[in-house]
Amino acid sequence: MHEPRWVKVVRAVVLSGLALFTVAPIYVMVSSSVKPLVDVQSAFHWIPSRFTIRPFVDIWHTVPLGHYFLNSVLVSGAATVCSVTVAIFAAYAVSRYRFAGRRLFSIAVLSTQMFPGILFLLPLFLIYVNIGKLTGIDLYATRTGLVITYLTFSLPFSIWMLVGYFDSIPRGLDESAQVDGAGPLRTLLQVILPTAVPGIVAVSVYSFMTAWGEVLFASVMTNGDSRTLAVGLQGYATSNDVYWNQVMAASLVVSVPVVAGFLLLQRHFVSGLTAGAVK
Amino acid sequence: MPVTRARRRRRRFGLRYQATPYLMLLPALVMELAVHLIPMVVGVWMSLKGLTQFYVRDWSAAPFTGLANYRVAVDLHGPVGTDLLHSLGVTTAYTVLSVGLSWLLGTAAAVLLQRPFRGRGLIRTLFLTPYALPAYAAVITWSFLLQRDTGLLNHVIVDDLHLAGHRPFWLIGGNSFASLVAVSVWRTWPFALLCLTAGLQTIPDELYEAAAIDGAGFGRQVRTITLPMLGAVNKVLILVLVLWTFNDFNTPYVLFGKSAPRPSDLISVHIYQSSFITWNFGLGSAMSVLLLLFLLLVTAAYLTVTSWRRNDA
Repeated sequence: MHEPRWVKVVRAVVLSGLALFTVAPIYVMVSSSVKPLVDVQSAFHWIPSRFTIRPFVDIWHTVPLGHYFLNSVLVSGAATVCSVTVAIFAAYAVSRYRFAGRRLFSIAVLSTQMFPGILFLLPLFLIYVNIGKLTGIDLYATRTGLVITYLTFSLPFSIWMLVGYFDSIPRGLDESAQVDGAGPLRTLLQVILPTAVPGIVAVSVYSFMTAWGEVLFASVMTNGDSRTLAVGLQGYATSNDVYWNQVMAASLVVSVPVVAGFLLLQRHFVSGLTAGAVK
Repeated sequence: MPVTRARRRRRRFGLRYQATPYLMLLPALVMELAVHLIPMVVGVWMSLKGLTQFYVRDWSAAPFTGLANYRVAVDLHGPVGTDLLHSLGVTTAYTVLSVGLSWLLGTAAAVLLQRPFRGRGLIRTLFLTPYALPAYAAVITWSFLLQRDTGLLNHVIVDDLHLAGHRPFWLIGGNSFASLVAVSVWRTWPFALLCLTAGLQTIPDELYEAAAIDGAGFGRQVRTITLPMLGAVNKVLILVLVLWTFNDFNTPYVLFGKSAPRPSDLISVHIYQSSFITWNFGLGSAMSVLLLLFLLLVTAAYLTVTSWRRNDA
């Protein structure tokens, strides 16, 4: 279609404005991470007075960042694997079977998305503490407790997206597998899963990002040993003398894995979302 | 022979696997029950107890106080009740502004990025980056950007553009609310863009071609095709954004630390602080339950209005 001139002008203006808004904090993060400390202690400098990689070396000593990083990797990784596995089975059941309670299940699971996190925080805190006292199974302030909590956070949206994805896979595939003598489990694992890889990848990225970025439960459910990046990073900011160049370097380091993952798999993410949204 | 064998197998399949969907749902159900439903029931029970700091070690010993916690939470003559109402007002304003602006920016960008042009993929990737950034990393960066003496914002306003003679504070006082909304929009609008981009892809090109043949210009096409066709996506998107924003904890908590300034006292942080600073879990739970009831009402009203409008059309 022919585009009138005003559309091009509006597009250029609006998109430039949005780009500026988007880039400003990213520019602050990246440029400040290579500045010497004097630059971030006085008025803002657009250009570093001296380029240094010192902050990237220092961050590992100022606070135990490596330890936090490892905790975050372990917790987010385990939560993702568990959440996606559970979601695959649930989504397949909702997509392929007509059973009593199917609609109720879908609504109930999605509605947990609207519950305020603060509502479960206090009871879950007390439940974890008391399970520990009664049975000796430590859930409070451990990585296990955090994994269990986080895997349910991404579960509703993962199931919703995967149902949409599975719905777009022709049923003929299931039926021919069944004629060949495959049970539902084998049909799911050998026929459906390979076809649904893009959707599963998108859901995995989503789960990982959810766990990697969670702050509320991490701030209450972790202690010195199980501290994750979400809380650990604030250790720099709360000390009396804030080393902003180090804070920015650390923020950059913890962002790179998830941002890279998301941007590389962006296309799958959009297609997974489309599959869920078309319904 | 092969035919009957296949049929027999199919019949067995049907009988034996009646339980299959339930078995497949079981892990998801158990997890949701364990982390969401049971704690919710426990939360309601806690809200009926005088669960103060004296009973944290042995919570079963806390006395049953009935609706006392609720009475304190909604008592508009007491400090707790007025603070909660104030926090609710702040959160409502925050949600309306943040979701409204995020939706507007998301729709504008999605429509403007619909037609291919040079650099489109790059811009789209750039726009989605804030969504991919971990909340705390993004918000910490904003808190540096908003620092009074060392931040970028005051440098631009005071040193570069000379718009103000003195350096305003952005993280305390009245300005903190504007800062909070800006950070929230920055983090939220890419999600709107993502959903609306996905929604736009489902609109068939023929509709635009037909409209163009009929002589409809760009503006008219957006009004008569794009926006109405996005109705279903918008209905879900706005609800999800409202609920996420209303319950937002990350943005205020990381931006302001443990003590949010009063003009920016969002409800999640408010409940968090009143629970963990005074260790009054009973009162905190009562406030959480009230918050849930409020959100249920809002959701019910929203769904009623949107489906009523659709039936009407």
